Formats: sequence, structure tokens, C-alpha cells
Amino acid sequence: MSGTSVVETRERKASTVSARSAASVTVRAVLARIGRYTFLSAVLGFFALPLLWLATAPFDSQPTLTASIPEFTLDNFRTLLDNPYALPSLLNSIYLAAGAAILVVSFAALAAYALSRVRVPGRDALLYGLLLLSSIVTGTATMVPLFELAFRLNLIDSRLGVILVLSGGLLPAAIFILKDFMDTTPTSYEESARVFGASPLQIVRHIVVPVVRPGLATVTVWTVANVWGNFLVPFLLFRLPDKQPAAVIVYTLYTEGGQANLALLSTFSLLYSLPVVVMFIFVSSRYGFRFHGGIKR
Amino acid sequence: MGARPEPGAPPDAAGLGRLRAGGFIAPSLLLILAFLVAPAAWTIYLGVTDFRLTGLAAANPQIVGLDNYLAALGDERFHNSLLLTLQFVFGSAVLGQAGLGFAIAWSLRDQRGPLRRMVEAFVLLAWILPSSVVAFLWYALLDRDGGTLNVLLDTPGMAWLLDYPMLSIIIFNTWRGTAFSMMLYGAALGNVPPSHLETARLAGASTWQQLRDVVFPRIRGHVLTNLLLISLWTFNDFAPFLITAGGPEQRSEILPVYVYKVALTGGQLGFGAAISFVMLLINLVIALAYLRMLGRRKERV
Repeated sequence: MSGTSVVETRERKASTVSARSAASVTVRAVLARIGRYTFLSAVLGFFALPLLWLATAPFDSQPTLTASIPEFTLDNFRTLLDNPYALPSLLNSIYLAAGAAILVVSFAALAAYALSRVRVPGRDALLYGLLLLSSIVTGTATMVPLFELAFRLNLIDSRLGVILVLSGGLLPAAIFILKDFMDTTPTSYEESARVFGASPLQIVRHIVVPVVRPGLATVTVWTVANVWGNFLVPFLLFRLPDKQPAAVIVYTLYTEGGQANLALLSTFSLLYSLPVVVMFIFVSSRYGFRFHGGIKR
Repeated sequence: MGARPEPGAPPDAAGLGRLRAGGFIAPSLLLILAFLVAPAAWTIYLGVTDFRLTGLAAANPQIVGLDNYLAALGDERFHNSLLLTLQFVFGSAVLGQAGLGFAIAWSLRDQRGPLRRMVEAFVLLAWILPSSVVAFLWYALLDRDGGTLNVLLDTPGMAWLLDYPMLSIIIFNTWRGTAFSMMLYGAALGNVPPSHLETARLAGASTWQQLRDVVFPRIRGHVLTNLLLISLWTFNDFAPFLITAGGPEQRSEILPVYVYKVALTGGQLGFGAAISFVMLLINLVIALAYLRMLGRRKERV
């Protein structure tokens, strides 16, 4: 009997203490919540503000640099259709992005898988080295060698050339991101598949690919977005304007004649942006767009 | 490292073995060798020549040894540019993208519903839009006469890009790249067990203490990946050129812009290549510093 009463007093003490601390925890929680919503609203405003212009100017009959409620019109889109390079350049962008995405995702998946599962001597040093190189080489630094290389390989004015150059630059980071995904997936499925006599390629196709699908989706979106926005490589390697992708045509719109044609520029910018946005929404709703990340040792 | 068990029993899960693993890596490696390593090696070679875009040295470049490097290291404009680049990386990548990205991921960690989706959508939109479009959007936002920001703040005629060129491109790059950090830290915070945070909170730990003692040790690897990638990307980012073109008076002339101006506008390809190589070395130093600070703590933990 005495045992229970001791337990009871202890419980009563504990409950008064927890009630007091619960009160202060509630006050803190309310303050934290207010702070959090204020912060998130500010973030929302900061990220939405520059995008306003893209939403208003294309529909304005007299667009200025200020984002304002438009005098609604679709004439700008009609004018854009008359531009001989605008729409074909979007198609060119699609060719380049699709080609590079297929190459980068399939090659990177194979390499990342092998690097994740088999100890290759000097693996980490190799990955870091290539990552370092890729971050600098794709920029302005190697424009001249790249042009010479493409010229000697007869890849000037060739879509394949642009795709190969861009893929070479994107592969290290793609392998790096995918290897993180592969490292976190359990190997037990692969082991049991092997017991049942599956070949390594079969294992990759039927077991690894489904498991790391979100990672593949992430890398696909990342590759497409990179190629879609890349100006330098196509600008360098295409001499014919009818092969230029939208990234280059946008420039010609805002430098042509010294004064930017705001109606044309804003409308084309919107059309040029939409495909990546649509692709992103599609991929992220279907496969989820997320990172594992973190260098595991 | 290399000690393999008996031959014929592949040690890895899928039974790849080293040979087939090599086969899996080969396509990537070939592409990388041809279109990444070869141009890089070529750049190193160009760095020791007086190669120019036009004129006599274009047809017949001479080896000039380390002259380009010595000239670069003694060049006032290079020093200025390097300092601006470090400001740019620290301000927009480390403080801006990683700091803001973590703060957003932390605030969203137990949020569900429309607010979370809205915030994520807008942050990601800034990241996936093409850089030429994004650059013009910021140019329009910050314009002196018709810019939306001046209308909002009621500061007509404020020339943000002329008066605060570095601040403008730092904020621009923060806006542009925060999504990557937000997503990476969002994934990382998923690895922190909520019960540990709950325990720490009940024990009276402040938010800062929770972050330092409970969260950080678990996401160290993510912090390393994040800082490494965004610092390198930011260091070599050319997009600010589209907004300020390095000006006014080289006040926002970060290294990629400097190389572009020297090599293509100025035509000094050899000199430009030498600076590119110096940039590569600086990137290497940054990467090693991060690895030293955040990586490999096996023996301590």
C-alpha cells in the first residue's frame, strides 16, 4: 500500500512540474510559430517578386520594365509566331536537352552503380577531381580548346557535338549525386537476385533502377534544366542560326538593334521557361524530386 | 583498401567484379576524358603560351613559360577580381544559399499543406528557370527608371546596379541557387530523429543548442556536400555578367567575368588560360579546406 502512495506523490509532483514547463513550452511554441510564419512569408515574397514581371509583361499591350496589371492582350504571342527563329529554336532546345539527358542519366547511372558497389582504387579522389574539373571547365575557361576540339572532330554545327560537350561537363556531378542515392539503398535485393542467377545488367535494370528512380528523376530534371539554359556551348559550336536553341535566340532578342523589344522578349521568355516548369511539375509529382545527399564514409 | 577475398567470389552485392565495374564506368569516363579532361589539359598548355585571338601570335604562338602566371599574380585587376569572387562565394553561397536554404528547410521540417508547397514551388522556380530569362528578370526588377523594386520601395531613380553592384549580384545568386541547399537540407533533416529533438527541447535546450548538438552531427556529410558543390558552382558562375557585365568600373568583375573579358574581348587567350588554371588551383584549395573541416572524422567520433 505504502508503495502506491509513494508512486502517487511522485506522479503528482511530476505533473505540476510538467504543467509549469508545459506552459512555458506553449508560450515558446506560439512565439516560434509566429516567427516561423513571418519568415516563410518573407521568403515567399522574396522569391516571387522577380517573377512577377514574367507573369504580367507578356500579356500587356505596352509592356514596360515595371510589373503591373496588364492591359490584357495576346497580340504579343501572335507577333512571336512571325519571328522565323523563335519557335524552331524551342524545338532545337528540346533535341539538345533530350539527347543530353538520355546520355547523362544512362551513363551516370551505370558508373555511379559500379562506383557505389565495387571498390575501385582511388575512387574518391577520382570523383572529387572530376567534380572540381567539371565546375570550372564548362565555363568560359575552355571555350577555345572546346572549339578547336569540335572543329577537329568535325562536330561544328552538329547537334551531337553540342550534346557530347554538354554531357561531358555534366557527368561528374550527375555521378556524384547518383552515387549518393545508390549508397543509401540496401544491397540485399541484389544479393538475392544474384542467388537466382540474374546477370549484373538484369540486376541494374530490374532492381537498381526502380529503387533509385527518384534519384534518376532528380538527375534528369537537373540535366535538362542545365542544357535548356546553357548559352555558351551552342553559341560557340553552332554557326547556323537555324540550329541555335532558345537560350541563344533570347539573347539576340534583347540585343537586337540596341533596344530590347520588351513585348517580344517577355513573351518568348515565358514560352521558353514553360517547358522546364512543366517537366519539373510532371517529374516531381510522379516520382518525387528529392535528394539523399551527404558524403558517406 | 585493396585486399580482395578469394578469386571467383565477387565481393560486391550484384556480383559485378572489377572487370565489369570497369565496363560500367568506361562510357562516362571516355566522354569525360574527351570533352572535359582534354580541354582542361589544353588550357594548361595554352597558359604557358602567348596565344592570342588575332594577330601574329594567333598563327604562331610562342611558349612563354610562366610569364602569364607571373603577370597574373602581379596584376592589380586580378587581385581585385579574386577579392570580389571570394566575397561573392562567401556572401551568396555560404551565407546566402546554404544559410537561407537551411533556414527554409528547418522552418518547413514539420509543415505540411499549401504553405509548404507554395514556398518550395517558388524557391525551385528560381532555380530551374533558364539563366538568360532570370538575368533579365533581375535586370527589370532593379532597373533605375522603371524597376519594380523602386516602385515598391518608393525610391525613384535609385540605381541599385550602379551603386551596389556586388550586393545586387550576391542577392541575385542567393535567390537563384537557394533551392539546391533547401532540398539537400530538407533530405538531411529527415535523418534527424524527432524524438531526439523533443528530448533536447524538454531538457531546455535552446534552438541554437539543438542545432549544434543534435542536428549538426547528423547532417555533417550533407553540409560538406552542400558547401563543396555550391561554393565551386558559385566561384565559376558566369551569370552575373548578364546583369552587371562586371561593372561599373570592374566593381563586380568576378573571376569568370575577368577571364571572359581578358580572353575574348581582349583576345589574350594564353593569359586567360593561365588565369583559368589559377582559378582551378584556388578551387582545389577551397575543396580541401572543406574536406579538412567537415570530412573524415572517423577517428574522433
